[in-house]
Amino acid sequence: MKILGSEITPYKTYLNRRKFIKGSLASAMLATVPSSAFANHESDPSIYSKNLNENDKLNSYEEITTYNNFYEFGTHKKHPHLNSGNFKPRPWTIKIDGLVKKPQTFDLEKILSNVTIEDRVYRLRCVEAWSMVIPWQGFQLSELIKMAEPLNSAKYVQFVTVFRPEEMPGQQKRTIIWPYREGLRMDEAMNPLTILATGLYGHEMPNQNGAPIRLVVPWKYGFKSIKSIVEIRFLDTQPETSWETLAPWEYGFYANVNPNVNHPRWSQGTERRIGEFKRRETLMFNGYEEEVAHLYKDLDLTKFY
Amino acid sequence: MFSTKNFNRSKPVLFILILFPSLLWAYQFVTGNLGVNPIEKLMDELGLMALRLIIITLMITTLSNIRPLKSIVVLRRMIGLFAFYYVCLHFSTYIVLDHFLDMQFIIQDIIKRPFITFGFISFLFLIPLASTSTNNMIKRLGFKLWKKIHYLIYPVAILASMHFYVLVRADKTEPVIYMGIIILLLLQRIFKRLTRHQLVQ
Repeated sequence: MKILGSEITPYKTYLNRRKFIKGSLASAMLATVPSSAFANHESDPSIYSKNLNENDKLNSYEEITTYNNFYEFGTHKKHPHLNSGNFKPRPWTIKIDGLVKKPQTFDLEKILSNVTIEDRVYRLRCVEAWSMVIPWQGFQLSELIKMAEPLNSAKYVQFVTVFRPEEMPGQQKRTIIWPYREGLRMDEAMNPLTILATGLYGHEMPNQNGAPIRLVVPWKYGFKSIKSIVEIRFLDTQPETSWETLAPWEYGFYANVNPNVNHPRWSQGTERRIGEFKRRETLMFNGYEEEVAHLYKDLDLTKFY
Repeated sequence: MFSTKNFNRSKPVLFILILFPSLLWAYQFVTGNLGVNPIEKLMDELGLMALRLIIITLMITTLSNIRPLKSIVVLRRMIGLFAFYYVCLHFSTYIVLDHFLDMQFIIQDIIKRPFITFGFISFLFLIPLASTSTNNMIKRLGFKLWKKIHYLIYPVAILASMHFYVLVRADKTEPVIYMGIIILLLLQRIFKRLTRHQLVQ
């Protein structure tokens, strides 16, 4: 498997490039027709193509930003795109607490000035048996964990999404117990594939995709990749996670993409790649077996699904 | 007082109104205007339409108990057959577009996943209903037997709403509303039965 040849870009250059793309976006907007704005985001997809598997094709910016599961903005796939206009992703801070040397609150800009933003093209496999290929920009979660200085006793990392019902209309209804929470085992969090993403297609993270900063864990079902993170907590016991709490017989803590573990609602053997007509076979660990299978060699994946 | 004639006259308009969504979705599907995941969208729309029509047929029977609306019952067959039409489209979208006639997979899916099991049984129960929906069939079977067969609409409605309920991951408001309406309509029938028995005694 080709890994993410990671075009490494210093954050400053990256920001400048982003400004440039933004400028060209603005002029495209002047020419009206919203779809032309979408096209502009993809004006040079070749920069990502070298990170692609030969069987994969990038999904379009429009597909990635109009078909989302982000219940904070509503339960329908188009709700996040339609209802996230009032969300304010800046200024932003992330609270670090739990088993760390010193609990503290980081300003997002401070975090970004200490990390290297890279391009990562990942497959995203939703538990609902659809998938996309997305060009993210972000940095390894391990970099932030190093900044947080967790204690040796920390075995798990918990993430919490922001709670702002006035900006996130979906939170005004108790569809799930807010705020949304997710978690990883420490070795999963430290794996080089695990990133915190701050953009896609070279643009700041759109609100509907989890602005300003979200987790991306490509070998797990999409719901593990928690959006709009405001708190990261280090723990010595396995944290509760939102979907597992809601329906433990359906969603496990691990939620690794696994075509062999049955799900009561969707077959996990196949998936529909958005934009394709015929279903394709789902790959073990979403095709990232080489990178992550060793994490689970002592685990019964049918029990710990 | 609305006469049978009034309701019969509305039939062509209703026919076009109820048929129209399926034509629109088919057109949008072919022209690529059903959004990012068109097969899912098509299946959802067709299924929801079918469930709503099933509920409307139950409502028609209830409404026909109100004297001025007695004749509304002449609309029931058409709407019931349209429900079957939408269920067939919904089911064939699942079989053909979603799973490309992979029968082995589909059979496993029907057995393993409760929500598909509910939907499939509901579809099976609709077949005898639809195939006996002619005047000739009523004559041939006799009204009593025919009526017995058509009690199948109750399990059909319950299973169809359960099919929807289980499918929804969170925020079950909409399926719960449908279930609530079905339960009320069934309670009305039980109540009617009980009071009629008392009168006879």
